[in-house]
Amino acid sequence: MDLDLPLIWAILIAVAVMLYVLLDGMDLGIGILTGLAKDDEERNLMTATIEPVWDGNETWLILGGGGLFAAFPLAYAILMPAFYLPVLLMLAALIFRGVAFEFRHKAVRKPTKLFWNGAFFGGSLAAALAQGLILGGFIQGVTVEGRAFAGGAFDWLTPFSLLVAVSVAIGYVLLGACWLILKTEGDVQDRARKRAFMALVGVGVCFAAVSLATLSIDPRVTERWGFSMTHMDFGKLLPLSPIPLFGIVMVVLAARDLTLNVHAPDWRPYLFSVGVFLSGYIGLAVSLFPNLVPFEVDIWEAAARDNALGLMLVGAAIMLPVILIYTGYVYSLFWGKVDPDEAYHD
Amino acid sequence: MELDALILSRLQFAFVVAFHILFPAFTIGLAAFLAVCEGLWLWTKRDVFKRLYLHWIKIFALAFAMGVVSGVVMSYQFGTNWSVFSDKAGSVIGPLLGYEVLTAFFLEATFLGVMLFGWKRVGNKLHFIATCAVAIGTTISAFWILSANSWMQTPVGFATDPETGNFYATDWWAVIFNPSFPSRYVHMMLAAFITTAAVIMAAGAWQVIRGHSSQPTRWQIRMAAGTLCLLMPLQIWAGHWSGEVAHEYQPAKVAAIEGWWDTRDVQGTVLFAIPDEDNERNIAEITVPGTSPYLFANAHGPLQGLKDFAREDRPPVFIVFWAFRIMVGAGLVMLALGIWGAILWWRDRIDKPGLFHLLAVPGGALGFVAVLTGWITAEVGRQPYTVYGFLRTEDSVAPVSAEQVATSLLIFMIVYAIVFTAGTVYMARIATRGFGDDPADPPERENRAPGSALGAVDDKAEMPTPNRQRAK
Ligand code: HDD
Ligand code: HEM
Ligand code: HEM
Repeated sequence: MDLDLPLIWAILIAVAVMLYVLLDGMDLGIGILTGLAKDDEERNLMTATIEPVWDGNETWLILGGGGLFAAFPLAYAILMPAFYLPVLLMLAALIFRGVAFEFRHKAVRKPTKLFWNGAFFGGSLAAALAQGLILGGFIQGVTVEGRAFAGGAFDWLTPFSLLVAVSVAIGYVLLGACWLILKTEGDVQDRARKRAFMALVGVGVCFAAVSLATLSIDPRVTERWGFSMTHMDFGKLLPLSPIPLFGIVMVVLAARDLTLNVHAPDWRPYLFSVGVFLSGYIGLAVSLFPNLVPFEVDIWEAAARDNALGLMLVGAAIMLPVILIYTGYVYSLFWGKVDPDEAYHD
Repeated sequence: MELDALILSRLQFAFVVAFHILFPAFTIGLAAFLAVCEGLWLWTKRDVFKRLYLHWIKIFALAFAMGVVSGVVMSYQFGTNWSVFSDKAGSVIGPLLGYEVLTAFFLEATFLGVMLFGWKRVGNKLHFIATCAVAIGTTISAFWILSANSWMQTPVGFATDPETGNFYATDWWAVIFNPSFPSRYVHMMLAAFITTAAVIMAAGAWQVIRGHSSQPTRWQIRMAAGTLCLLMPLQIWAGHWSGEVAHEYQPAKVAAIEGWWDTRDVQGTVLFAIPDEDNERNIAEITVPGTSPYLFANAHGPLQGLKDFAREDRPPVFIVFWAFRIMVGAGLVMLALGIWGAILWWRDRIDKPGLFHLLAVPGGALGFVAVLTGWITAEVGRQPYTVYGFLRTEDSVAPVSAEQVATSLLIFMIVYAIVFTAGTVYMARIATRGFGDDPADPPERENRAPGSALGAVDDKAEMPTPNRQRAK
C-alpha cells in the first residue's frame, strides 16, 4: 500500500493547529476580556472557566510546532528564522500568560497583584497579535534561497499582516466570550453576550477584509478561486463557494442567537463561532495548498524521510484517539457552569 | 571573541535550556513524591500524608507552570536559532520529539487539570490515577527528550542523504536506544529525585528552625533523608556508568573532564587544577596517581589525553573540568546530608534545631547545582559538535542576524528574571510556611479563584478534619 505520507501529515498538522486555534484561542480571548472585567471577582470567575484545561489546550501548539519540525523539517527550518521576532514575541507573551494563571492568586500585595493581572491580559493580547502576525506573514510568503530563509528581519511586517493580527485577536475574543456565555450565569453572562456580539461584528468585517486581501496576495491564489483580470471562472468558484457561504451563514446565526434569540441554548453561539473559524481556516487551506512555505516549498519537498513520517504515523494513529478521548473526558468532568463556591472545601 | 549570531545563539540556548531544566528536575521528582504521598494516604489512611500532599501540590502547580512555559520556548529554539541543524537532523530526532508530545505532554497537561482542580469532582481513586498519570507523563517525557539528546551525543543507526546532506534513520531501535541513552536516562531520573529530596529536606529543616515543626514536617525530612541515602549511592554508580560510556564514545570529553593532556597507559585522578588550554598543561595540579585501573576498569588500551585531538576538535577544557567537579562535590555533600538526617531520625532528634538544619537549608539548592553543572559537563564536553562527529555547532546555526539574537537573548533574560524571582518567592513562601495555621500569614481566602481548588487551597483546608475528604 502506498500512502501519501506528506499529505497525511500536512492534514494532521493542520488539524492540530486548528484545534489549537479553537481551544487556546478561546483561552487567549478570555485573557483579553479580563482587561474589561468589572472587578476581581468577575476576573476570577473568567479565569476559573479555563484553569483546568488551558495547559492541555496549549499543548496543541507544541504538537503544531513539534509536528512541523518532525514531519517537515525544511519548512520548520525556513519559517522559524523568517518569523524570528514575532515568534519571540509570542513565546514571551505565552510565558507571562501561563505563569499568571498561578501567580495571580499568589500575589498578596496590591502592586504585584495588578502586575500579574496585567501580565495575564497583556500576555494574552500580545500572544494573539503575534500569532496573527505570523499567520499574515505566512500567507504573504517568505523569501527563500536554497534551503534557507533569505529575507530580512522585518519582512513579515506589512499592512496585510497587521490586518490579520487584529482579525485574529478579535476572533479569539469572540471565542472567549462565547465560552463565557456557556460557562457563566447572570451579570457576567450578560456582559459576555454583549461583548460576543461586538466581537462578532468585528469578525464579520475582518473576515471579509482578510478574504479580499488574500485574494490579491498572489495571482495563484486568485486563480484558484476562479478570478482573474478579465473574467470569472465559475467552474472553479462554484465548487468552492460553499466555504465562504458557510461562514456567512454561521455569522448570521450567531448574530441571531446573540441578539434576538436570548433563549437560545448557551452552547449555540460557541458552536456557531467555531463554524466561522472553520470556514475561514478551510478557505485559507484551499488558497495555499499544497504550499507549506508559500509560495516556495510544497509539502512533498519539505517532508522528512518517509520512514520518519511512517514511524510517527503509527504513534499518531494510536495516540491521537487516546488523547482525544481523555481530553474529552476531562472537558466533560468540568462541564456545566463554574461554581464560585467550588474552591471552599465543604 | 566576536559576538556573532553563532555565539549569541549558543548563549541563548544555554540560558533558556538551563532555565528550563531547573523545573523538570524538580517537577519529575515532586510528581513522584506526590503520587507516593497520595498512595500512602489512601493505603494507610493516615492524615499526615494527605497534609503533605495538599501542601506540596501548591508548590507543584507553580513549578509545573514554569516548566511548561519555559519548555514551549525550547520547542521553538531548534527552528529559530538552529534551523540548519533542524533541517539536517529533523528526520532522525524529529520523530522522537513528536513521540514526546503524543505520549507525554498531552498526558501531563490534561491530567494536571484533574489533579489540581478535580479534587471534588472525581473520587479518591480516580484522583490518585490522575496524579499517577502526571507523574508517569513526566518520566515518559524525559525518556524521549533524553533519547534525542543522547543520539546527538552518540549518533548511530543513521545514514546521510548524498543529495541534501541530511541525516535519516536506518534503524530506529538503534537511534532510540543509542549507546549513551540508558546511562543518561538513569542518571537524569535519579538526579530529579535527588534534587526534589534535597528541596523537601531544606523546607522541613527551615520549618524546624523557625519552630513550626509538626508531624508532616518530621515526615517530610524523614522521607527526604531516606531518599538521599538510598539514591545517592546509586547515582554515583550511574554517574560512573555515564563516564565509562563517554570514555568509549567521546574520549575527548573524558580527557577534558579528567584534565588529562598526555596519553598514558595509567592515568591519575586530578583533584584540583587550573587547565591552561593555550599551553596544554594544568597549573597547580593536585593528583592522586595510578587510579585509572580502578576507575576505568573496562577500558582497553592507553587512555587518551587531549593532545591526541586536533585543537579545533577539543571541547573547552576549563568549563568541563570544573563543572564536573562541582557536580560530584554537590552530590557528595547531599549524600552526607542524607546520612546525617537518617542518623538524626534514628536518634529521634529530627525536630530539634541544630547544625544539620542550618546546613540542610542551603543544601536544598545543591541538586539544582549538580543538575546544571552535569548538563554543562555533558553538553560543553560534546563541543564543537551538535551531532557528535558529524555536524559542527558552527554549521548548525540559523541564518538570523546577530541583532535579532541579541534582542531575543535580552528579552528572555528580562522575562525569566521576573518570572523566576516571583515564582521562587511564591514557592518559598508556601514551603517555609509550615503546616500549622500560621497567623502571621495573610489569609488567602480573598485572593483565591473560585473554582480553583488544590493549587490555591488555604491553610485551613490542610488541617486534618475527618469528613473533608470528599465533599460530594
Ligand atoms: C529530563 C527531563 C527534561 C529535559 C532534558 C527537557 N525537558 Fe522539557 N519538560 C520536561 C522534562 C524535560 C517535563 C518534566 O516533562 C516538563 C513538564 C512540566 C515541567 O516542569 O517539565 C517539561 C515541559 C516541556 C514542554 C511543555 C510541555 C507541556 O505543555 O506539558 C515543552 C514543549 C518541552 N518541555 C520541551 C523541551 C525541549 C525542546 C527540551 C530540550 C532542549 C526539553 N524540554 C528538555
Ligand atoms: C535540559 C538540560 C540541558 C542543558 C542544561 C543543556 C545545556 C546546554 C549547554 C550549556 C549548551 C552550550 C554548549 C556550548 O555552546 O558550549 C548546550 C548546547 C546544545 N544543546 Fe543542550 N542542554 C540540555 C538538554 C538538551 C537537549 C535535551 C537537547 C536536544 C534534544 C539539547 C540540544 C543542544 C543543542 C542543539 C546545542 C547546540 C547549541 C550550542 O552549542 O549552544 N540540549 N546545551
Ligand atoms: C557523584 C558522582 C557523580 C558522577 C561520577 C557523575 C558523572 C557524570 C558524568 C561522567 C556525566 C557526563 C555524561 C556524558 O556526557 O555522557 C554526568 C552528567 C550529568 N550529571 Fe552527574 N555524576 C555524579 C553526580 C551527579 C549528581 C548528584 C547529579 C544531580 C543531582 C548529577 C546530574 C547530572 C546531570 C543532569 C548530567 C547531564 C545528563 C547526562 O549526561 O547524564 N550528577 N555525570
